[in-house]
Parts: sequence; structure tokens; C-alpha cells
Amino acid sequence: MNLISFSAENIAKTFNRRKIFNDISFTMKEFNSLAITGRNGSGKSTLLKILAGVLSPTKGEMNLVIEGRVIKKEEYFVHLGLVSPYLQLYDEFTGWENLDFFRKVRGLDTADEYLAELLSRVNLSDRKNDFVRTYSSGMKQRLKYAFALIHRPVILLLDEPTSNLDDEGIATVYQIMEEQKKSGILIVATNDKEDITMCEYVIDLNIQTLKKGEK
Amino acid sequence: MTLKLLLGLWLSLVIIVGIAFPITVNPTNWYDLPLVPGLEDKARIIFFHVPMAWVTTLAFITSLIFGIKFLSNKNMDNDLKSASAAGLGLMFCVLATVTGSLWAKFNWGSFWNWDPRETSIFVLLLIYGAYFALRSAVEGEEKRATLSAVYAIIAGVTAPFFIFVMPRMIEGLHPNEAIVSSGKISMNPTMLIIFLSSLAGFTSLFFWMLNLKVRAERLELKHYLKGE
Amino acid sequence: MKTGSSISATWTIFKKDMYSELRTRYALNALLMFVITTLSVILFSIGNENVSPELLAGVLWIIIFFSTMSGLSRTFVSEEERGTVMTLHLIARPLTVFFGKLLFNLILLGALNVFTVVLYLLLVTGFSVVNYPIFIITIILGTLGLGSGSTIIAAIIAKANTKGTLYPVLSFPILLPLLLTVINATKLSVEGVPLVDAIGEFQVLISYLIVLLAISYLLFEYIWKE
Repeated sequence: MNLISFSAENIAKTFNRRKIFNDISFTMKEFNSLAITGRNGSGKSTLLKILAGVLSPTKGEMNLVIEGRVIKKEEYFVHLGLVSPYLQLYDEFTGWENLDFFRKVRGLDTADEYLAELLSRVNLSDRKNDFVRTYSSGMKQRLKYAFALIHRPVILLLDEPTSNLDDEGIATVYQIMEEQKKSGILIVATNDKEDITMCEYVIDLNIQTLKKGEK
Repeated sequence: MTLKLLLGLWLSLVIIVGIAFPITVNPTNWYDLPLVPGLEDKARIIFFHVPMAWVTTLAFITSLIFGIKFLSNKNMDNDLKSASAAGLGLMFCVLATVTGSLWAKFNWGSFWNWDPRETSIFVLLLIYGAYFALRSAVEGEEKRATLSAVYAIIAGVTAPFFIFVMPRMIEGLHPNEAIVSSGKISMNPTMLIIFLSSLAGFTSLFFWMLNLKVRAERLELKHYLKGE
Repeated sequence: MKTGSSISATWTIFKKDMYSELRTRYALNALLMFVITTLSVILFSIGNENVSPELLAGVLWIIIFFSTMSGLSRTFVSEEERGTVMTLHLIARPLTVFFGKLLFNLILLGALNVFTVVLYLLLVTGFSVVNYPIFIITIILGTLGLGSGSTIIAAIIAKANTKGTLYPVLSFPILLPLLLTVINATKLSVEGVPLVDAIGEFQVLISYLIVLLAISYLLFEYIWKE
């Protein structure tokens, strides 16, 4: 029996009757990774939002099964982590307060040590008590990784994973991606060559077929 | 086509009969209408004003039903129907308000008296206004449809409170108390038949107009999509 | 276990909004200034005139209604404007968000109304309450109803373009039955009728509150979901 299965069936999205994409289908099992590519405006971020359960598709179904249990759409957020340029954290709170808020809303019994460990992984330990509004864009991006990993998600969705990051940050992100491939499913929306080579499968939204990566 | 002609004929007949039949103190002939003290000839407005007010409510309920349908199946065609019904409802609401207000000027001495009925139709006017203000302020088509349906439902469940609230606030002046006094309808059969025929005529008129409007909107949409 | 965790999640959302408000004072300052300026305009225009207490009962609720309209949309609008809506989508169920924000709005409006009413009783000399139990129950039920109605409408207008002007336009027809009833009940408290005579008003207010909460519970997900 499969541990995890995440599949999409003929997902389509139209906005104001303009078709963004059509018939996206795939099935990912545990330890699989998928890159979603496509020109600007081809709907990569939109697709990722749909997969995260934040946006409803116009057509099509999604199916998430974890250890034989079908997960309801309303419960996706419990098992998913998302990093995206569209994601915003709370400016008027410190990095630590943000994570503390996310932990409590999710009802996690995560220890302070794990939060501290997350913050040190994304290299924000020394700035954890500063307000997020004082962070640079790269630091905000790194804090989003802590946000996405706080509940140890089964599926990690990354939109433009390396944007705004310096070399050190990029290395951390690649390490996170590698680890995700060992523990669950990784889905990345990107046009960056290096990001794509890290993934097993590729969907090009301009062609709309799933193919095995060149890895 | 024949239906359309029949409807035209029907309503013309109602209008002519409603205006032409004489009002007498002691109705003896089959075509005599009874005299309601204090209303006299002004009672004739019942044949036009009341059906308009009825259609206003009917349009709101129709819009509400299609709104609920939209929320349950997300079919944009339901939103089109819902918005079309609301558009017609707004028109009939304005007509009912204007005719009622004109009549009030001659019967009560001023155009507006904040009688419970006047207040209710005013609130309906506000709800229709708010509904369209909301629609024009939302960009995404689907979001617009969802939000306006939700708003119509919220308005639909709070509006009945006026039935409980209004009588506590203001004494009624409205002549439905005069015509329908203590449960006894003081209309004679002729008057009742004209009134009911008018009600039926206006109701059919509404559904005929709704059908026309929905088809026109669909065509416009098709045209717009082709132009893309 | 599930309900237990969603109650604590609701509480966390409420606390977040509370701290955020205390830090930024977006809504609070605007609300307090609104009440003070409106009240002073009313005091200036009354001058030495003798205004009937019944009329002043209505004026009190006009202040409360418009101050509600100036501040209570903040909790949803700020999430929308800062783009943190998706963040909330990713960490909580829709109803958790709604009830957290409803609680915040009720506390905010409650505090504001205490401030407004105390100021009004002190400064508007022509306004004297005879039956305080009716008055206090009216203020409490009015706050609850007004807070619930304006919270669900706030969630709607947060998704629209012209948020500020749209808020009173959409709220007024929904809140009018409530406003008419609380004005009437306040008049009763000024006239000094026995408590029993105001029961009808209270019944309307309580059923209005129940209907609004039920409809919000059923519909919020449609508003919130993109």
C-alpha cells in the first residue's frame, strides 16, 4: 500500500472566462518530485494555489491519500506547506511571534526548540526578535520557509523557490528540497534550470504534458 | 409569439377595464366597482400599484433562488438569471415607489410619510441599490456572482424582521387596512377579478421580461467571447 | 478534540488581531476620534436648545452606527490589503478565522460603545435614562447584533474594490431592523416604562442576532474561499 498519493485530474482554471490552463493531470507518490514550468502568465502560481487548496479549480478533481486515508479538501492545509512570492507574513510581529502564531493556530504541540531550530536553519536566529517589517526581502523569503515547514508537511509546494535569495540561502533551499524528497512529495513552480533538474517529473504548462525529467 | 400577443391583449384589457369601470356607492350592475370611503377613484391604483409591488418582491425571491442555485453548483448561467431578475426587480421597485408616492400625495397630502409600507419598499430599494453597487465593485466574475448571491441571502433573511419591527414603530396609514379590514375583503367580485387578473398579468409580464433579458444577456456574452 | 483545538485556534486568531491592533492602532484611534468629533459637532449644534430625550436616543445610535462603519471593516480589509489572506487560508479553517475576527470586532465595538455611552451620558445633558436595566440590556444586545452584522458585511466588502464607501451602503439595509429596534428600546428606557414593556424589543434583538450568526456560519466559507 502506498503511503502517500497526491493526484490531480483534468484541473482547469478560467478567470473571467479567459482560460488560464486546461487538463492538468498527474499522480505523485511518496518521494516523487514535480517541476511545473511555463512562460510568465502561464498560470504556474495559480496552479500551485489550486494544489494547495487555496483556490478552487474551475474544473477537475484533486485527490490526496495519506496512509490509506482520503484527506478532505478543507484539511489540505494540515498536510501542505507552501512558499510563494504571493505569501505575506505579519509585518507588525517579530519573526518568532509569527512562527508562534502559526504554531498555535494550527494547534501544534511543537516545542520551542523546534522553532528555534527552524529559525537557525533559515539563518534568522539573531533577528528572530525583530519586526518582520525590518527584514530584507531575502530574509522574508527565508522566514516563509520556516512558515512552510513548521508542521512538517507531507507535501511541500514551492513557487519560485530561490527568488530573492543569496548563494547561502539558495544552498539552504536546495537542502530543504532534498530532504523533502526523502520524506514526502515536492512540487516546484519554476523556470530556473537548476531547480528543474532537482525534480523527477516536469509539467510544461505551455504543452501540458507530464514527462519524466532529464535527471 | 402568440403568448406575447396574448399577454399584451390581457394587460391592455386589465388597464382599460380598471380605469373605465365606474365606481358606485351601491354596485348593482356587473361592471360596477364598490366605493371605498376616503379612496373614491383613487382606489383604482390597486390594479397597478399593488401588482408592481408584488413583482418587486417576486423578483427579489427569484434572484435569491438563482443566487442559492449558483452557490450550490457554481454555474455562471444562474448568476446571469439572478442578476437579470434583480435588474427587473429594481425597475418595478422604482415604479411601485413612484406610483405609491404619487397616490400618497393626493390621498395623504404628501409624497412621503414613512408609513410601514413606504419604509419597506424604501428598504427594498436600498437592498437592490446595494446589490448592484456590490456587483460593480467586484472584478472577478465568479467572485462577483458569489458575493452578490451571499449578500442577497443575508438581505433576504434580515428583511422579514421589518414585519415585526415596523408595527411597533409607526401607525399604519396604508389603505390595505381600509380595503382588507378585519379579514373581510371589501372588494366586490368584479373588483377582485380585475385585481387578480392584473396580478396574474404583471406576474407573467415579469417572467416574460426575465426570459427576454436572460436571452439578451446570453447573446451579449457570446458576442463578447467571440470578440476576444 | 477537534472542537477543542478549533476553539483555541479561534482564540489565537483573536489574540493576534488584538496585539496587532494594540501595536498599530489602525482602527482604535480612528474610532475614538470619530466618536469625539461627532459628539462635539452634536453638542455644538444642540447649544442651549431643549432637545427631547426621545430624539437624543436616536442620535446616540447614529453615532454608534457610523463609528461602527468607520472602523469595524479593518479586521478583514487589513488582511486583504496586506495579502495575508492566503497565509490564513494555509493555516486555519474558514470558520476559525471568522469567529476569531467576530470576537475581535465584538470586543472592539463593546469597548467603543462603553466609551461612547459614558461620554454621551456625561455630556449630553438633555439625555437622562430612567430605566437603566432596559438601557443596559439594549446596549449589550445592540452591540452584539451590530457587531455580528457588520463583521459578515466586512468580510464581503474586503473582496471588493471600493471598500470604504461600499461598507455603509451594504450594511445599512441589513442593520436597519436592528437600528430601529434599539432606538425604540432606548426611547423606552428614557421614558421609564417597566422592564416588561421592553421584552418585545429584546425578543426581536435576540432573534436578529441568532439569525445573523446562523447565516454567517453557513455563508462565510463562500465569501472567504477564493
